[in-house]
Formats: sequence, C-alpha cells, structure tokens
Amino acid sequence: MGKDVQGRRDFMGMALGGFTALGGLGALYAMKRSWDPLPSVKAAGFTTIDLSAAQENVLNIEKWRGKPIFILKKSKDMKPDDRDVVIGEDRYHMSIGLCTHLGCIPAYLPEKKMFHCACHGGQFDTSGHQIFGPPPSPLEIPPFKIEGTKLVLGEAGPEYQKMLDAGITA
Amino acid sequence: MRELKILAVVVFFTLVTYWGVEPFAHSQMHKHVEGQEFIYNGTADIKGAEAALEKAKAEGTDTAAAQAKVEAKKAFWADVEKIAQLQGNAANGEAAFATCLGCHNGAGVNMGGVIPPNLDHAGSLYDKNYLIALIKDPAMASNVDHKYEDTMTHPMGSIKGMITDDQQIADIVAYMQEKMAGEVTTKEAFDEACARCHAMRYAKTTQLGDTPEFKHEKDALAHEIKVLEEQELVKTYMGKLPPDLSIMIRARSEHFMETFVENPQTQLAGTSMPRVGLNKEGYEKVKTYLEEVGDPSKPAREAIGPWVILFFVVFTVLAYLWKKSQWRDLH
Amino acid sequence: MAHFEKAKSVNEWLDQRLAVNTLKRVLSTEYWIPKDINFLWAMGMVLAATFGLLLISGIFLLMYYKPDATLAFDSVNYTIMSEVGYGWLWRHIHGVAASVVFLIIYIHMLTGIYYGSYKKGRELIWLSGMGLFVAFSAEAFSGYMLPWGQMSYWAGMVITNLFSGGSLEAYGLVEWIRGDYVPGDAFLTRFFMLHVLLIPLVIIGLIVLHFGTLRIPHVNNQEGAEIDFEEAAELYKAGKKKESKVIPFNPVFLSKDVFVMGVYFIFFFYLVFYHFNFAMDPVNFDPADGLKTPAHIYPEWYFLWSYEILRPFPKDPGLIAFGIAQAAFFFLPFIDRSPNVAPAHKRGLFFVWFWILVVDMIVLTILGKLPPEGIFNTLGTIAAVVFLLLGPALFVITKFEKKL
Repeated sequence: MGKDVQGRRDFMGMALGGFTALGGLGALYAMKRSWDPLPSVKAAGFTTIDLSAAQENVLNIEKWRGKPIFILKKSKDMKPDDRDVVIGEDRYHMSIGLCTHLGCIPAYLPEKKMFHCACHGGQFDTSGHQIFGPPPSPLEIPPFKIEGTKLVLGEAGPEYQKMLDAGITA
Repeated sequence: MRELKILAVVVFFTLVTYWGVEPFAHSQMHKHVEGQEFIYNGTADIKGAEAALEKAKAEGTDTAAAQAKVEAKKAFWADVEKIAQLQGNAANGEAAFATCLGCHNGAGVNMGGVIPPNLDHAGSLYDKNYLIALIKDPAMASNVDHKYEDTMTHPMGSIKGMITDDQQIADIVAYMQEKMAGEVTTKEAFDEACARCHAMRYAKTTQLGDTPEFKHEKDALAHEIKVLEEQELVKTYMGKLPPDLSIMIRARSEHFMETFVENPQTQLAGTSMPRVGLNKEGYEKVKTYLEEVGDPSKPAREAIGPWVILFFVVFTVLAYLWKKSQWRDLH
Repeated sequence: MAHFEKAKSVNEWLDQRLAVNTLKRVLSTEYWIPKDINFLWAMGMVLAATFGLLLISGIFLLMYYKPDATLAFDSVNYTIMSEVGYGWLWRHIHGVAASVVFLIIYIHMLTGIYYGSYKKGRELIWLSGMGLFVAFSAEAFSGYMLPWGQMSYWAGMVITNLFSGGSLEAYGLVEWIRGDYVPGDAFLTRFFMLHVLLIPLVIIGLIVLHFGTLRIPHVNNQEGAEIDFEEAAELYKAGKKKESKVIPFNPVFLSKDVFVMGVYFIFFFYLVFYHFNFAMDPVNFDPADGLKTPAHIYPEWYFLWSYEILRPFPKDPGLIAFGIAQAAFFFLPFIDRSPNVAPAHKRGLFFVWFWILVVDMIVLTILGKLPPEGIFNTLGTIAAVVFLLLGPALFVITKFEKKL
C-alpha cells in the first residue's frame, strides 16, 4: 500500500510538472516572437536605387537594411563578369560593401580600380572577387530586382535568381 | 466547508470593492446620454434647444433668442422630414451634383477651414435625412449653429443660396444614394468621414491624407510643414486642433464614442465638432477601423484567451489531484 | 583548501561545493509549516508568483520602452501594443498584475491581522511586510508614470505636489523631486530608473528579509496555537503524519499552494484577456497634456482609501491625516496590547474592530473615486474620521482584552 501511494504521488506531481512545462513552452514561443525584428523593420527592408545618373569608375554607396551597398558603374576596360548587374549597355558591380573577412567596409581606389580593406588588407577587384589577403569569398550580392533603370534591393528578381542558381552568390 | 466560507467572504468584499470603483464610480462620473440609434430627425437638437431655453428662463437671460432657436430647429427638421417624403430623381440629381463638385472634388484644398470631404461613398456612409438636412442648412444639420450668427458663414453655408429647391435636394440625395454608394472599406469610411479634421499617426495619416515615404529628410520636413499649415487652418476654424484618433478606441467607452459621433453636443456641450451624420453601418465601419489601428491585438486576444484559460483549468485540476494525493494520509 | 572526494554523481558534485542537499532540506523538504491552515496561507506564494509575472512581463516591456517624454507614449501604445510580437500580452499582464497584486496584498495583510500573525515574535514579519507594501506602492506609482498618458502626467503632478508639505510650501523640494518645474523629461527618466532598477532591488531584498523573518517564529496557524515545531517534525519524520501538527513545505504545503495558484491564474488570465480596463484606465490612452487636466482624476483603486483620507480635510490637516494613514499599519504590532495570538472571532471586541476596519477601508476606497460632492463628501469625512479613530480604539480594546 505504502509503495502504491508513493507511486501515485510521483505520478500526479510529474503529470503536473509536465503539463506546466507545456505551458512554459507556449510562453517561450511568445518570448521568442517578442525578440523578432519588428514589422516596421522588415517593411523598411526594401530600398530603391536609381542608377541612371551613375558615372563610370565612381563608387556610389547606398544604404540597405543598415548595411552599405557598393554600386560601381564599370568602364569599358573593366572585365565583364557574371556577377555584374546589366542594364541595357551598362554593366554595374553591385554588392554589400562589407569585407567577407570580418565585416569592415573596404575603400575603393579608383586609380588602381580595386577595393582595399584597411582592417586586414583584403583586396577585391571591380567584380567583387577577392584577389588578395584573408577574405574567403567575393563580396556578397544582395537580393535585387531590376525595374527600368532602378534597382529594388530586398526583392529577388529573375536576374538575382539566376545568380543564385548559378551559385555566384549565396 | 470552512474554506469555501472564507472564500465566499473574500469574493464578496472583492466584488463590492470592484463594483464601487468601477461600474458605480463611472455611472456617477459620466452623465448618461440617450443613444438615437443613428436616426437623425432633430429630436435631440430640439431637446437641447429647449433645455437652453429653460436655462435662459431660470437665469433671466435672453429668452427671446432661445425661443427663436427652438422654433428654428423645429421648423428646420420639419422641412427635412417633408423633403424626405419627396421622390428623388437620381438622373436630375446627377446634374445638380455638379454644384457640389465645385468643392467636393478631391483637390485637397482647404476651403474656409477644412478640406471639403471626399463624397465617393456618401450614399452608403451617411444617413439620408442627414444628407438632406446638410444640403438645406449645413450648420443646423450638424448642430453647430451656435457657432454662427448667420449660418451662411459656415464653410458650406453658401449651399443655402445655391440649392434652394426642395425637389432638387431630394434629387441630389437620391443620386448619392444610388451612385455614390457601394462597398466601403473601413479605411475609406474613416478617411471620408473623419480624416479632414483628425489625424491618425499610428496609421500614418494626417489631415492631408496618407503620409508618403520620403527618401530625403528635406522632402519629409517639407511635407510636415504642409501638414502643420493645414492643421493651423483647421485649428483656426475649430478653435482647437481636433485630437489624433490613433487609440481613441481605448481612450473612450463604446457608449461615449457612439453617442458622441451621433451628436457631439450631447457629450461635450458647445463643442465645435460637427455632427458627421454617419448611419449605423457607416459608424460600424469607422469603429472597426479605429479598432484595427488602435486596438490591433483584439483578434489575437480573442483567439488565445480561451486556450490560456483552458490551460489553467487543466492545470488547476491536476494541481488539485496532486494536492489530494499529498494530503491523503495527513488527516 | 578543503579536501574533496571524487564525486559519483552531479548531485554529489554540487553537494560537495554548494551543500545543495542541506539547502534543499532546510529550505524545502524540512521547512515545517503548520497543518492547520486554509487557502489564505497560500497568498504569499500567490504574491511571489505575481511578482514573477511582473518581472518577466516587465523585462519584455523594457526591451521596447523608450524613457523619453516625446517617445514614451508611442513606444508603449504603438510599438509595444501593435508592433512587438505578443507585446500587448506583456503589457496586459503587467498592467493587470500591477493592480491585482494589491488585491492579494490587502488579502494577505488582512489575513495577518485577523489571525494575529503580527504578534509575539512575529513583529518583524509584519514590519518587513509593510516595507514591501510601501515598496510596491512606490513601484506601482513610478510604473504608472511610464506610459506618459494624461493620468500619468496628472498623477505625477498631484502626488509630487504633496511633498510641498501644505503650508510649508516646500516647492523647492517638489521641483527637486521632479527635476523640473512640472513633470517633464527629467521626471520621467528618474522614475523610469526607480521603476526598473532601484525599487525592484529593494523589493527583492525585502522579499528575502520577509522570508527570513518567518524562519524562527514560523508561520502562524488557524488557531494561533503554539507548536513545538521540533517535536512535531520528529513525529512527521517518524511516519506519524496524522498525529503531527506540521507538514513539510515541499511537497505537501506546496501542493496546496500550487492548487490555489491555479485557481488564481484562471481568474488572473480571465482579467488579462477579457477584463483589463479596470487596470488600464482609458484616460491614460490620451497622451500627456500639461495644459489640460482630465475631467476626473483619481488614483488607481488601491490608493483610493488613503487618498480619500486626504480629501475631506483642509490642506494641512488633510496632509497630516494622510501621513498618519500611510504609517498607521506599521505600528499595528505595538498598538495591539493584547497578549492573545488567536483568530479575531475568539477575541471579542477585536472581531468587531476588524470588520469595521475592512468595511471602512472599502467605503473609503469607493468614495475615493467618486466626485467629491454632496452626500459623498459627508460620508467621506465620516469614514476618514472613523479610520483615524480606529488606531486609538484598537489600543483601548486590546488593553482590556481578556487573556485566553
């Protein structure tokens, strides 16, 4: 008898504990949701950039989701690349301006036609490929969609999809 | 059982306290205003004028003017009733409506204090009697005639000189009810009925309509200045800037909102807010919009509430069983 | 360094370093509670649970709240209420818990008074508990400022003005408290600090002290009987549970506590989801406006009784009466001269005194919210005078109380 009662006790205590844990999971879910980015943050994740006024070999830096975006209109002597954004006759290099090594912003050196990161000496060419130093991969290309002479960042258009499929960007 | 008796005592005193500080206190703090079911026939207006007459008599002030007011209100709403009986012709009304388009054209230009409201859904939002009354004499219809020595000086007062034929009024209203009706979204209802005076910053709306996204701070500031200028005009016209309605739905009771919209004078005597003339459906739309913006968690509350309560009911049952097993051999 | 054997289990490893087994025994499985109790004895744990809810919900509100007079209102009413996932839930829990916690505090206090749990060795339990009451009041008031609505602003204005001390006209002190001529940004940020840091620290410290004060005199019981806890504990441990007058905190007392908490949570979450307006005054959904006082201003319900004691008198006597009311309960163990530790129904006139106190406080509470006009004024004055007389009355009644 004594042992039976003991067993039943444990069972009820454990049943209650288990059920409470279930409620705890629900509460944890609500807490997780409270940490999520706010709708207004997500809605601000789209930026439209007009490329029509861009000049060759001059780096434009825009801002998208708090990060710098490099836009470089390529001159004829720069090597074309699959990573280029092509609008009509013009080719642009467009990427997130953060070094893929540790996230510093590389500077553009127009006379040398390359990017140089001051933090650890990483270098990228005008197509964003790493050419020297510690960066493990090319500059990352954000999702974009071409609308006439404008780029909408944050939205994946067919050109971006093609790059993704080809494994040019992650 | 003793514990239940103790519980009954605790619950009793808790409820008495609750009753005292909530329902009873609020019944003492707020005067009761009879709702009119969104029917506009002047009853409340005439009552109000009569009360003013009584007051004038008691205080020995100008009773003649108060008497005249009562007569004027009675005559006015009797006329409205008469016009409501006329058979309106929508086709004729369309032609006559051209007069209205002179101002109600969506140009967004302030005229005499406010931007004339968009009438796209006037036929479904507003009450028929109210529309008739409004065309006949805007200040009387919206029960703000106390603001005007001569109701002609109301921003829309000139209509009295332009449309004088009763049949024509009936035609215009018939036209609006036929053609300027149809489905209204909750936002449209708010924009058309309220937004010319009331901003709603949580919905990014001002007296100038929805605030666009600006890329450059200069453009945003320029827009803000335009809004401030418009608000200044509204303020001059209304005496004070009508409040932002973002969370008004939680700041006022349901009863207050309803009776206030129906006839602002009953809740805030002397207010410059005009009666808007929303019919029951129109009011429901506006109220829904105020809820969507000001109390957006309502659907979530209603969806989750029962589950949380059910959880604690089961929790309590399990806890009771646990307690019983623990206390079994104690007595 | 002390000698350590290699541990055979995690529990043993912890026990060697932290004495967890001893802690567990002393704090829970062999912490003895009288068996002769009712559900009112669970109010302490209910309060602890409610404080936990306030703490957790508060953490999530703190993540998005902006202590700035221009941003505070919208950070609460827009960001938290419509943008943050479940932000509304935290706010409703926080608001409702802040109100309900006082209901439970009052029940807990009145339970203590009814059963004489502040007497003979239990004075510190009462005093630390009163300290908690004051700290919770300060916490509630400072929290009420934060949404920066009309009620926040005007409550801030009125309550800080009390510190002018009536005819003392210490407006310098009032301005010092506010950091401004009127409640403004400095006022908001300092009350924010008080609300999220200083007062919670004090509360947590007082809770520990409150638990500590229970240790030696032990929890009271329904009859106020003196129990030899060591003897009773030995009986219990020997398996003579029926004969023993005590039960261990864990799991026996706890199982009852948890059941009562369950019932309480049903009530609590019903309020959170369906009936929250009483705790979140509609007037506070109008943004603070220093140029327009709301038509009716009143404190939250739990401050009404003391507010009503302030109201019927002229300025100076009112303030003094208010001061007495605030401090009166602290002195209870010393005003009560009777040696009896017993429930009120066994203490003759004290029983009558107790119910007059309860009814008078409720009457004061109800009148405190009503507009001060006509009959309400008269009733308010009577109730306030009755309250002030209750102290001396207690002294006399208990002085002549027969020893049981």
